[in-house]
Amino acid sequence: MAKIAAIPMILTALCVFVGGTLWTVVYSFTGSKLLPKAKWVGLDQYERLWNTNRWIVSIENLMIYGICSLIFSLVIGFVLAALLDQKIRFENTFRTIILYPFALSFIVTGLVWQWILNPDFGVQNIVRSLGWASFEFDPLYNQDIVIYGILIAGLWQGTGLIMVLMLAGLRGIDQEIWKASRVDGIPTWKTYIFIVIPMMRPVFITTLVLIASGIVRVFDLVVAQTSGGPGIASEVPAKYVYDTMFLRQNLAQGFAASTMMLLAVAIVIIPWAYLEFGSRKRD
Amino acid sequence: MSGNGATSVEIKNLDLSFGAVDVLKGLNLSVNEGEFLVLLGSSGCGKSTLLNCIAGLLDVTGGQVFIKGRNVTWAEPSERGIGMVFQSYALYPQMSVEGNMSFGLKNARVPKSEIKERVARAADILQIEPLLKRKPSALSGGQRQRVAIGRALVRDVDVFLFDEPLSNLDAKLRADLRVELKQLHDRLDNTMIYVTHDQVEAMTLADRIAIMKDGIIQQLASPGEIYSRPANLYVADFIGSPAMNLQQGRVENGHFLAGELSVPLASYSFEREVAGDVWFGIRPEHVLVGDDAAGADLELTVKAEVVEPLGSDTLVLTSVNGKRFWLRISGQSKVASGDSLRAGVNAADASLFDAGDEERL
Repeated sequence: MAKIAAIPMILTALCVFVGGTLWTVVYSFTGSKLLPKAKWVGLDQYERLWNTNRWIVSIENLMIYGICSLIFSLVIGFVLAALLDQKIRFENTFRTIILYPFALSFIVTGLVWQWILNPDFGVQNIVRSLGWASFEFDPLYNQDIVIYGILIAGLWQGTGLIMVLMLAGLRGIDQEIWKASRVDGIPTWKTYIFIVIPMMRPVFITTLVLIASGIVRVFDLVVAQTSGGPGIASEVPAKYVYDTMFLRQNLAQGFAASTMMLLAVAIVIIPWAYLEFGSRKRD
Repeated sequence: MSGNGATSVEIKNLDLSFGAVDVLKGLNLSVNEGEFLVLLGSSGCGKSTLLNCIAGLLDVTGGQVFIKGRNVTWAEPSERGIGMVFQSYALYPQMSVEGNMSFGLKNARVPKSEIKERVARAADILQIEPLLKRKPSALSGGQRQRVAIGRALVRDVDVFLFDEPLSNLDAKLRADLRVELKQLHDRLDNTMIYVTHDQVEAMTLADRIAIMKDGIIQQLASPGEIYSRPANLYVADFIGSPAMNLQQGRVENGHFLAGELSVPLASYSFEREVAGDVWFGIRPEHVLVGDDAAGADLELTVKAEVVEPLGSDTLVLTSVNGKRFWLRISGQSKVASGDSLRAGVNAADASLFDAGDEERL
């Protein structure tokens, strides 16, 4: 019975996800423009893709955004969680405040941070009006650092969730572990690093997956904050795919770009899964 | 009582409150060197809290804690010269058994050779040498608890604290480890303070038992003393399974009177003056049955309502004056429910408590 009930779900998953993915990959080898057309052009689309400056900038931006977002989300999220775990007062209030940005969509987050970082009425304007006339802070209007402006908004939005997950993980640690480490005379920071964090491995994997999926599909934040500007300085792969497919009516080029994204994800995930599940068996 | 009489742990006027709730109130306790002291009580009585105060895991509200004559009231747990074993074992799951035992020592910068020596010695005592390279997840409950004891052992401390260490184990393993703990104590001769809610553990392990209720020690005495001369009604009711048979009544002209019962109290050694209403208690095994009952201070006929054969002996539930009255008889005797039994009670075996303050009379 259970198997029969699961059939629609399995079919949907197979057709929509696997089927759609395969179809996309196959049609990335065609010269499709507005509509899909089975006219094979071999690796032409990929050659064009890697010769496009905009795609290269997108990849670079994604790398910077990805690495920074991963490190800062984990570190800030864990530190906030560890601070909240110190039996403080008003814990619920703090938790709500920090988690609140997560309730906003990326578009709203992007708009809010566009205003905050806008030199004419945001942080720069406030500091200047306080008297520091030469103060400059306009990341969204500076090609070299615009991606960090987006990173700030991304972290503000996403860290709360990471913190809540980490906090749940910390709460799951048996209090007697803490007692034992105190009796053993192990300093708190060492207990965190050598005992508690290794025990929180499942939580870290969950947060890692969440952060990573957020990184790969970063799109609306960029659209709301900079629309990829100034120039093409804050383009990201997902935006490249969207623009080529729906604005420039160049389907196959978009498919090629999304296939590259899929490949990148696969390159990260497959070795990891191999290690993770391969080592389980040996235990 | 073992040990040389010197004081190992001393607690003076200890208070502990969580907000408005007073958990411990002006508690005094002195534990002799080499003594095995058991803190016994039902959950919420403050026994684990007291142990955590001794360990330094809880900051006391008032009073002082001395270990080996040193005032350690505000010392860190690691500086108190204690080792502690927890109910959930609290092993560090990512480290091997050896890692668990040596982590604290490494951190205290004990030389490597000495760490090795101490781990080997503890592993030898606890017979866990084959397990040293394993992770805690690959051990059974009993082995884990042994490792946890080992982790306390390598610290080379004077006082061991046990917080319900056997409660997570199944009955058979608990009995085995109980014996091992007793042997360990005989061998090491360290002071041990042991928290439990299991009276069998308390009776079998302890040199002295402290029975706690509502943050106050009700009685601190040897297991035998606690069993035969409970200091108050709570202790009498708490220790023993089934519990002591109790009857409420009054004392008049040297007789205990309750309903139709009348027991001459000439053979009872009173601790203080008798006044009015009292509780009369007699343990099920002190009730004489059959021919033995002849000539007892009180002779009565009771009807067996429930018979529980335990093998070695048999418990019989009857009622006297409408109250439960348990008898413990030999496992060989054939009694069926509905049978009438002759029972006898001698005042010398009984315990009397004041009905007002519930203290022993």
